[in-house]
Amino acid sequence: MQKNAYFRSLTIPLLLLLPQLAITVVFFYWPASQAVWQSFLLEDAFGTSTQFVWFENYQSLFADPGYFKALRNTAVFSTFVCVFSLSIALLFAVMADRQIRGAEIYKTLLIWPYAVAPAIAGVLWIFMFDPSLGMLARGLQSLGIAWNPRLNGNDAMTLVILAATWKQISYNFLFFLAGLQSIPKSVIEAAVIDGARPMRRFWTIIFPLLSPTTFFLLVVNIVYVFFDTFGIIDTVTGGGPAGATETLVYKVYSDGKGGSNLGGSAAQSVILLVMVIAMTAVQFRFIERKVNY
Amino acid sequence: MAQVTLSSVKKVYAGGVEAVKGVSFDIPDGGFCVLVGPSGCGKSTLLRMVAGLETISSGEVSISGRVVNQIEPADRDIAMVFQNYALYPHMSVYDNMAYGLRNRGTPKDEIEKRVKEAARILAIEGLLERRPRQLSGGQRQRVAMGRAIVRKPQVFLFDEPLSNLDAKLRVQMRVEIKKLQRALGVTAIYVTHDQVEAMTLSDKLVVMNGGQVEQIGVPAEVYRKPASRFVATFIGSPPMNLLPAAIDGPGIVALGDALLEARDLKQNLASGTKVEVGLRPEDIEIASEGQAGALPFDVEFIEELGATQLFHGKLAGQPFVMQAATGDVAAEARRLWISVDPDRVHVFDAQSGIRLGRE
Ligand SMILES: Nc1ncnc2c1ncn2[C@@H]1O[C@H](COP(=O)(O)OP(=O)(O)OP(=O)(O)O)[C@@H](O)[C@H]1O
Ligand SMILES: [Mg+2]
Repeated sequence: MQKNAYFRSLTIPLLLLLPQLAITVVFFYWPASQAVWQSFLLEDAFGTSTQFVWFENYQSLFADPGYFKALRNTAVFSTFVCVFSLSIALLFAVMADRQIRGAEIYKTLLIWPYAVAPAIAGVLWIFMFDPSLGMLARGLQSLGIAWNPRLNGNDAMTLVILAATWKQISYNFLFFLAGLQSIPKSVIEAAVIDGARPMRRFWTIIFPLLSPTTFFLLVVNIVYVFFDTFGIIDTVTGGGPAGATETLVYKVYSDGKGGSNLGGSAAQSVILLVMVIAMTAVQFRFIERKVNY
Repeated sequence: MAQVTLSSVKKVYAGGVEAVKGVSFDIPDGGFCVLVGPSGCGKSTLLRMVAGLETISSGEVSISGRVVNQIEPADRDIAMVFQNYALYPHMSVYDNMAYGLRNRGTPKDEIEKRVKEAARILAIEGLLERRPRQLSGGQRQRVAMGRAIVRKPQVFLFDEPLSNLDAKLRVQMRVEIKKLQRALGVTAIYVTHDQVEAMTLSDKLVVMNGGQVEQIGVPAEVYRKPASRFVATFIGSPPMNLLPAAIDGPGIVALGDALLEARDLKQNLASGTKVEVGLRPEDIEIASEGQAGALPFDVEFIEELGATQLFHGKLAGQPFVMQAATGDVAAEARRLWISVDPDRVHVFDAQSGIRLGRE
């Protein structure tokens, strides 16, 4: 018995692969190689001549305190967004899982933010927290809390963390809910009979059984905060005030904008690329091994 | 000590499904009660109400004289074995068994002693470090049993624990469950739709149908005196033959032209009352033509079961099955004359299906 279907010649398989290969080449390998090439070049201020400078762009990058500030911003931003969006989503999912009736409406409402474009999400949060117009900003001020994300770096960081978290919760929620619903009901019931109270049940049974989902989401969320939050930061703070919300990916953009420092910008994007490849590799290794129970 | 009593227990699910319609019976301390019935008759629902996994819509469940309706499953002093075993997939076999004890704050050395003891009884000592996914179906079943016995509960609850095992293992585990329950002296409630399990395991058999109890009794009595047409056809394999008949006189029913004596028949039934006569395939005896009470049976085909043979055919124009030890009756299609011990003739009301027996 032939177990797998197979093709007699190579032509058809190659034809079938072609669209996918073309897309990968045009949208990934080509720009990536361009970036690598660009990161070795130095342009003069007027863009009239370029020079091959080996690792000079990287050297000046690591000598730039602004780059380390962006690195630190990214660490703060991604830690908070990941922790908040994962834990809030898990809480919502546990609540939705318990309340199966009405869960449909609840689910639909929770999913909406995911469909909102990053720029629009950003605008929404600007309005809510605008120091002179925003309802919530007024509320804060009336409580005696000085709030001005346009001037205060910490306020600005808080605002982008909130906006980015809000947008990511729905995605995480969906995966957590699916994960919860795939835990057999009888396993939970066995734990009930075994005398585990709800909190203990959650930490000793449900949470460990969710760990593959949690780990997958952790990686996806890190990639999200590293790259996908560009739109939110751009609309909400534009990286300011004074670079307080400038993350690595935002710095790639602002340095390369108008061609002022194309080589440096390219070098930064190459470093980001390496980070993502490393994270993905870790994810695959872990998913295959440790998290499997 | 651990007597389980159900009185008028009802379950109405949200949405109005009446799954259990008022069930009352009790199980003595150390008794083995089997709930048997067709799919959807409410067996699991009833068991889960005893476990506390479903709320009780009305009526009372008490364990050792204490009403447990409002008591958490963990505090009812019960243990349950699920059909899919419901082992904790991320824990070792040892931890699976220890979990319930740890939740109750049992000292560590006591836990170890009890888990080791249970593992020894169930012959799974070599598996304690494994995860459930590294076990065979039969081994998982043992771990599930182990998890139940380490806690030394007063009542064991089983919901079709053997239905995922192959036929041979099922017979083996059935015997082990019975032995274990005897040895531990624990009261047990066991749900199954397998009548062989029901007959062999129980000392109290509860036959359910459509959310109601059809009959309660020791298995031999349920087999010998089924209380209704439903029980008659549900218990026994191959199922009992049912033939339309009429009352002819005291203790006599007319089956077409033939007359049949039935000893356990209600008195004072009007002649001509429509009834149904039940004859078990294994109760049929070969008679000779012309013998008093002999009935003509036209054999159409024969099924070989190894030790026995099933003769299919027609009796008084109705489909009929007879069972005989292989070799006792020549296996060929022809007319046979048969008779039945009057003690083994069952008569049921044609409408209600209730047994028309002496009081
Ligand atoms: N959660 C529920 N909500 C509504 N109806 C239910 C629920 N659980 C069971 N039922 C219904 O209650 C009735 C009895 O179900 P139950 O599971 O007790 O049957 P059962 O005798 O165990 O059957 P089986 O042999 O197939 O396991 C069925 O008609 C079923 O559809
Ligand atoms: Mg069931």
